[in-house]
Parts: sequence; structure tokens; C-alpha cells
Amino acid sequence: MQDSLMRLLQRSYAFDHRWKYEAATPGWSREIWAQFAEIGLLALPFTSENGGLDGTPVDTMIVMEQLGRHITLEPYLSTIVMAGGILRRAASTEQHESISTKVIDGSLIVSLAHTERGTFGSPSRVGTQAVRSGDLWQISGHKSCVLHGDSADLLIISARTSGAPSDAKGITLFAVDPRATNINIQSYALHDGQRASDIQINSVLVPHSALIGCVDDGFRILQSAEYETLAAVCAEAVGVMSELHQMTVDYLKQRKQFGVPIGNFQALQHRAADMYIALEQARSMAMYAAMMSQADDKTAIAQAVSSAKVQIGRSAKLIGEEAVQMFGGIGVTMEFKAGHYFKKLTLLEQFLGHADHHLELLTSGPGLFELE
Amino acid sequence: MELQFNADEIAFREEVRAFIADNLTEEMKQGMLRGGYLIRDHVIEWQRILNKKGWGVPHWPVEWGGAGWSPIKQSIFTEELQLAPAPRPLSFSVYMVGPVIIEFGSECQKKRFLPRIANSDDWWCQGFSEPDAGSDLASLKTNARHEGDYYIVNGQKTWTSYAQYADWIFCLVRTDPTVKKQMGISFLLIDMKTPGITVRPIQTIDGGHEVNEVFFDNVKVPSENLVGEENKGWDYAKFLLSAERVNLARLGVSKERLQRARELAARTPYQGRPLLEHDGFRTKLAALEVELKALEITQLRVLSAEGQSHGVPDPASSILKVKGSELQQATSNLLVQILGPDALRRQDDAFDDWSSMITANYFNWRKVSIFGGSNEIQKTIIAKSILGL
Repeated sequence: MQDSLMRLLQRSYAFDHRWKYEAATPGWSREIWAQFAEIGLLALPFTSENGGLDGTPVDTMIVMEQLGRHITLEPYLSTIVMAGGILRRAASTEQHESISTKVIDGSLIVSLAHTERGTFGSPSRVGTQAVRSGDLWQISGHKSCVLHGDSADLLIISARTSGAPSDAKGITLFAVDPRATNINIQSYALHDGQRASDIQINSVLVPHSALIGCVDDGFRILQSAEYETLAAVCAEAVGVMSELHQMTVDYLKQRKQFGVPIGNFQALQHRAADMYIALEQARSMAMYAAMMSQADDKTAIAQAVSSAKVQIGRSAKLIGEEAVQMFGGIGVTMEFKAGHYFKKLTLLEQFLGHADHHLELLTSGPGLFELE
Repeated sequence: MELQFNADEIAFREEVRAFIADNLTEEMKQGMLRGGYLIRDHVIEWQRILNKKGWGVPHWPVEWGGAGWSPIKQSIFTEELQLAPAPRPLSFSVYMVGPVIIEFGSECQKKRFLPRIANSDDWWCQGFSEPDAGSDLASLKTNARHEGDYYIVNGQKTWTSYAQYADWIFCLVRTDPTVKKQMGISFLLIDMKTPGITVRPIQTIDGGHEVNEVFFDNVKVPSENLVGEENKGWDYAKFLLSAERVNLARLGVSKERLQRARELAARTPYQGRPLLEHDGFRTKLAALEVELKALEITQLRVLSAEGQSHGVPDPASSILKVKGSELQQATSNLLVQILGPDALRRQDDAFDDWSSMITANYFNWRKVSIFGGSNEIQKTIIAKSILGL
């Protein structure tokens, strides 16, 4: 599958293709998505009893790295890893049949709508409310930066069903049709060209069967899906960094100033070497996060993904900024590739918490080497 | 040498502040807060306001409109403008071509161009870099052939900021291809309306349009537009570039950004309380402030030394360019970190203020360690000219 994916991306994801996908609705390629389905990419992390391929987080890591190399725009992370992560952990047999099957065949895009404005650092802070009346739930609230919210056929919305605004207990997940009246979706582009949405939910009614998992038990599922997503984001960033580093090294060999390739200058050689060190350190931590993300010990998982995200954030910043600097002017132009990889890295640094945030989480934990 | 302002300098700073407060419009200020891109009409209007007051070109000799201020006062003035923030003066006009004309231009050129620069009647752009002549500027290929009373210019310039607004471009051109590369360069002033000039926009990664390519196809330039002597252009360029370095530290810009970082962190919740209350963040902010303070003192030292050496910038000005650009970039990144998840989105209407431009500005400001002589070139200057390596 890795080979088919590599061939597919090499064939259909050259830089000028990417421009076309980004410019057309829905901001990514449905054809590529269909081909992802064909080669089994969408089935990968699902269990075989739900029509999947029993892929491990390490398999996801390999895929995400490939996607990162081409800074793809398709909703793989949001639908397969994030929303898929929720489904894999909490969906009922009926929901797997009605939802997961369609996700796997490529006909259903699902997005997780959890984050709300102003809740950074407080993942259990959910202001969106769901109130039960008989067999129906009425949901109201606001969600921010829902990845691919505008192309989603289904939203998984987190809402508070009991407890105080920041309690971990009392959050429930609902499958909601985004085309329901009373849902207002405002979409925009992120800096890397991916689409995202802010979603206003005004007294939307859903049946009890729309619940994913148990009442009040959503946070545990959200958190564990988030760890899986963080590991995937780290792998994606490694793909972006590898490609950008390679581009930079190629440029150092080819660009001539003062009569020689600029790669002849030792000052630049050392910096390219520093970038390489940063890349390999990041790769190590992405592997660590992927391997740990299925551990039994929740604290160990949390520590692993946070430490990976710290390393990824730092390496991404160094490699992104240094690449642009060594490309010089063309590094900051829209028509040239490198700047887009830099922007993608900046995004991935900020996504699901930047390095400072994960350092903060680590400092309140037991210490990485205490666990051994 | 004083590392603090004396009473006269403090009084002067108050005078400048009061003048800015009375004259800077809210619209101009908002324009600066949002972008950092020059807004053509604001730049022209503000330059004329300053010029009317006699502050349009304070660093020039008094006979051409200068204010006769000490280097320290000049830097106070610049910093106050940056802190306001007021529209940035068009550096290509007032800091680059103006001083070159004053130092090396003919009497006719001075009379013709300087008053128009001081009053922003002409918009100037800079034709230095070429696709294959960036850090290695002296290898430039755009050539000028002397024919009768004209130079015929052919070639291409790139990274030309605001060429889309420009009335004039000052160019380095090759007039003698047979000698050592630095020896065959001349400094020409070219009217942008001359037939044969084409401007092509370059879009930067933040989506903006600031830089351009400029193409010259048999462009006829009157010989009288040569500055100084033929084939001496490299000396004039070095004069211009070293003056530019001091100007690029932009301390006031970084200070103003740090101020905004505080403001933004005070209204950004993190883990349920304002980010500004978190020790980790405060440590980071304090560390940046220390670096900025150090640069401020270094700038005072460089400027006082310059006051004694009659306006010839010393190679230590490269320190100002390197650290100044690094700090501008560090403050722009700090703002991104404060935004956190909100940094992901492109500019949109969900924000009602300058914070929507933060990430775009971080992308755009990667340029400040590249332009004006990349930081690598500055470090080479330090190694060669100061350390003798």
C-alpha cells in the first residue's frame, strides 16, 4: 500500500496539481479521495470486523509521512484519523454499518466538532449544551476551526450533558447531519490552504440513536482519539520536514553565488546539518509517539505524544525558518514550493497545541524518565 | 558616552510624541497595526505632514531640509514613529537614493530630485538585486550601453519593493563588462514611465504584493541621470547599503510588537486564565525584552560612534541588522504563539482587529533576515571587516 500511495502521490500530487485542487470546490480532490479508498488507505486503521484492515498507529504514521511529503489537502487526518478515531473507540455496530462502512468506501466525509473558541489549554471545556427531552436531544452552541467542516457529510459534535463547564465527566458525543436546519457553517481557509469551519448550532434536535458512546462519557474517547491524532500529526510533520530539507539541500548544490554553489560554504553546510539533526530527532519522536499511542498506561501515552509534539514543534520551526532563509527571496514567494512547506509546518506546530503548551503539560507530569 | 537620554533628549521625545498624537490619523494607525505593508496614500500624506513641520528628512544636511539633529535624536524620532505606529517613511527615497544624491549627485540632480523626495512628490524604488545576483550583488548583469546622450539599458531586476507605485527607480547597471565585477558598475536614475520598462508582480507567501520583477528592454536613459562617475556605482551602493543597515534594526517596531504581545496575552485565555499570568509565558517575554534592551544600548553605542566619525556607518552596524531582524522575527513569532489555535486561519472577518494579520505577518517577516544584505552577508562583514578573518 505504501508503494501504491507513493506512486499515486508522485503521479497526481505535483505542486501544480495541488494548486488546482486547492482552488476548486471543495478545496481538495474527490478523485484522489476515491483512489485513496481504492488502495485501502481509508480502511487502514479500522478493524477487519468493521470492514477495515486492522492497521496499527505505525501504519498510520507511514501514511501520514507520505501525505506530509506532498502537503496534501484531502481530509485524511480529520475524517480517518480524528473522526475515525472516535468511531473506532465508541461507535455501535449499527453506527459502524451506517457510518464507518461509508467512510471506508470514500462516500462519507466526517469531521469532529469539538474545539471551541477561547478554550486553549482546557480540552474538557465544552460550552455547547445538549438537553434531553424524551427520545430527542437538543443541542446548542458554537464550535471553532472544524477541519473540513464545509465538506463534511456528518459532524461528530461534543456537547455538555452534565457537570460544570470544565468537568471531564459530562461530555457526550453526537452524530449530527450538518445539513440540518439550525446549523450555520462558516468556512474559511487555513494558512496551508486546507478548509475549516466555525459552526453555530441553534437548538438542533437529534434522536437518541445519534449518540456515539455513552452519555457523559465522551471526554475519555475524545482524549484517546486526540492522542492518536497527535501521533499522526507528528508523522505528517516529519514528511513535510523531510521533503523541505531535501529541497533545501538540492538548492544548496544548485544555486551559485560568488562563482560557486552556495553549498560550498561551510557556514551553510553546518546549518543544513543542524536541520538534518533536527529532522532525525523529530522522526525518532514521531516513531515513539506512534508506538506508544496504543500503550495501556494513559499517562505514558500522554507523556509520549506531548514530548513528541515538543520535539516536532521545535524541529519544524528550525527547519521551516532555515529552509526559507537559505532559499532567500524565492523562499517567501507564493509561486515557489518551499514557502508552502514552511507554512504547513507553522500550522502543524500550532495544531493541537504548540511546543510551549505540551511542555507545560509535561512539567505538570511525573517526568519522562520516572516512568521507566 | 551616555547610555540614557539626557534632559534635552527627553524633552525632544515629548515634543515628537505630542506632534504625532496631534497629527497621526486613526486610519493611518490602524493601517500600520494591521499590516506593515505600506499604504501608498498614507505614506505620501504622512511624509507631507512631517515635511511641512521640517521633519520630513531630518537626517539630511540642513541645506536640503535636514533638522540638524544628533544621531541620538534621529533615532528617538524614528523610534517614536515606529511606536505610534505611524506610516513608515519610504526608505528607498529618504534613506537610500536621497543620501546618495546628496553625497555623490550633481547640483542639478540635487535641485531636481531632493525637494521632491522630501515632500514625497516622487516615489522611488530600488533596482539592485537580480535573479542571479542576490548576496553576490556585484555580479549583476543588467547593462547600460552609452549611445550619444543616452544610456540604453537592458536586463532584469527583482525583489523590487513597491515598483508598482514608483515614479523612479535607482539602478545598479553594468557599464563595463571587461573589468573586475565591482569596477564596472554605475548608478543610474531611471524614470519608470520610460518606454521599455515592464513591472511584473511577485506574490509573497502571506498573499501580499510588495515585491516585483522589473524588466528593461532597450530603455533610453538620459546621460544626465548618471549619479557621480561612470563605473563608480559600487562605491555608492556600499555607502547606501551600510546606511540601510542601521535603519533596518527597527527597534521601535519590535518594542511596539512586544507591547502588543502583552496586550494580546492579557486577553487570551490559556488553561482558563489569561496567558499573561502564566510564568512560562512571562519568562519568555522577559527574555525577549532583555535582548531588545541590549540591542537598544548597542544601537546607542553605534550611533554615538557614528556621530564622531562624520556619518560613515561602521561595520558594527551589521550587528544592528542581524539582531534587529532576529528580534523582529522573534516578536512576530511570539504573537503567533500567543494566538495558539487561532493562528491557523487565514485573514478573515471573524477577527475585528490586527490579530487576524499575525500569522501572515510572521510569514512575511521571514524576509527581514534576507533583504538589505542577508544576515549571512552581515556576518561575513563582521568576520572580515571587524575580526580581520
